[in-house]
Parts: sequence; structure tokens; C-alpha cells
Amino acid sequence: MIETAVTIILLLLLGAVTIGIVRVRGLFAAVVLLGIYSLLMATLFIVLDAVDVAMTEAAVGAGVSTVFFLGALSLTDTVEASAKRPQIMPVVVALVTAGALLWGLSDLPEFGSPNQPIHSQGADYLARSIPETGIANVVSAVLASYRSFDTLGETTVVFTAGIGILALLRRRRGEGKS
Amino acid sequence: MRLDVVLHVTTKFILAPLLLFALYVQFHGDYGPGGGFQAGVIAAAAIILYGLINGLGPAQKIVPVGLLEVLIPGGVLIYLSVGIAGMLLGDNFLDYNHLAHDRVHGQEWGVFLVEIGVFVTVFSTMIAIFYAFAGRRRS
Repeated sequence: MIETAVTIILLLLLGAVTIGIVRVRGLFAAVVLLGIYSLLMATLFIVLDAVDVAMTEAAVGAGVSTVFFLGALSLTDTVEASAKRPQIMPVVVALVTAGALLWGLSDLPEFGSPNQPIHSQGADYLARSIPETGIANVVSAVLASYRSFDTLGETTVVFTAGIGILALLRRRRGEGKS
Repeated sequence: MRLDVVLHVTTKFILAPLLLFALYVQFHGDYGPGGGFQAGVIAAAAIILYGLINGLGPAQKIVPVGLLEVLIPGGVLIYLSVGIAGMLLGDNFLDYNHLAHDRVHGQEWGVFLVEIGVFVTVFSTMIAIFYAFAGRRRS
């Protein structure tokens, strides 16, 4: 009962913040609102018992990416350029995407249902992880052991972003010398 | 650039607990929430906070760009070498069963080392992105 109320309040706040992000013209305010959005998402993840995801969302979404956005803002204008005339194409794209997502929603299993295929078929990691790996946190066991290859891929994605940034830094330093 | 003294003092107080919390999230990830990715971001946030308050120069004295250039590929190499070590010991790639004297210990060692690899790459990449933005001048 309380959990439902908290979830509804969080979702309403998320909606309000989203409308705020779209409406506000000052990019500085938009960045701060994005940070608030991430913090609300992190709280929502905690309500849904996804603590690992909540931690990532709070650290990356609300913390570090806000700093990156502010850093980017210091290099550009802080007021959004307003469109000359109303455009019809973005509205069409948004409506089609929203329609496709709503259509896809109808195929999802019922939220929180124990009869989902994921609970009745396949590998039962909840039962297997402690005898096989000795790791109490099933999320860690799945990420780093059962699905280690995927995590290697994710690390490589971060690595690719890192060397891209280093390439930019290096170029700037070279320009400064010449 | 002279900032408020309150910010300086608060940053000094918060830096050590922040780094300690990152280590806790890293090494307690087997039992509680967290792991290499989250710990890497928290540790990077500590350095970024230091850079925000004290400027880019002092931050780059702690974590120089040259160190980042070693750490970013280093984490992936740690991860890959754990996988290859498993292969050399007669398992599949990234199978940890033979890393120690029994399966469960092997898994714990494998997960531990792999999470360190993730930590190193995430930590250094986040700081590299911060340096890239903070080092640019508006043209």
C-alpha cells in the first residue's frame, strides 16, 4: 500500500520534471532538472528492489553526467535556440514511436507476476549462484561470472569511449604546441 | 580563482570517505549491491569533485593524463588476461573454475580480478572525459 503510494508519487514527480525539461529554455536549468530526473529514477529503482541499478543511476546519471553537461555548457550558449517555425516531422516521429512502444507493451508479461517465463524456465541463478560461485549477491555473480563475456564487452565499450576522449585531448595538446 | 572557503573545507572532509566508500562498494560487491562499475564511477567522482574545487592543475597532479593513458586499456587487459588464464588452465575463455584449488574459490578469484579490471577502465575513462571538457577553452 505504502509502496504503491510512493511509486505513484515518484512517477508523478518524474512526469512533472520531464515536462519541465521540455518546457524550460535555459539549458542550465534543464541540466539541473536532468540531475533531479536521474535522482528520482534512482529512488524508483530502490522501490523496485533493483539496488545495483539504483546505485549506478545515482552515481552516473545524477552525479557525473551532470558535471559533464555543465562542462559542455561552459563551452556553448546557455539558452536554447528557439525554432523559427513549428515543424510537423518531429511530432510525427514522436507519435509513431510512442504508438509502437504502446503496441509492444501489450505483449509484455504482467508486472511482478511469478508466472513469467523468466521464473519458470531456464537457468535458476537464485538457486545456483551460491553453491557454484560462493557469491551472495546474485547480480554480481550473473554479471561477472555467468555473463562475464557480456561484461567484457561493456568494459570494451567504456574503453572505446576512453580512447576516443584521449584522442581528442592529444589533438588539442598538439594544436597548442604548433 | 578564489572560491569559497566553505567549499574547500567541505571537499577536504568528504574526499577520504568518498574514496573509502568506493573501495567498500568495490570489495563488498560480492555480498551487497555494487561492483566494479559503480565503484569506478564513485572514485572518479571524488577526483572530479577535487578538480571542480581546486582546478584542473591540482587534479592532474593526482591523476596525470599519462597515467590515464595506461589505466584505460589496462583494465580491459586485466579482464582479458583473466579470461586467457582460464584458457591456459584448461577451461573455456573466462571460465574461472581452475583459477584456485577448488571451483568456488576459483569463481571468487575470477570475479574479484574481473571487477578490478572493470573498476580501472571505468575510473580512468570518467576522469578522461572530465579532463577533456574542463581543459577546453571557449573559442
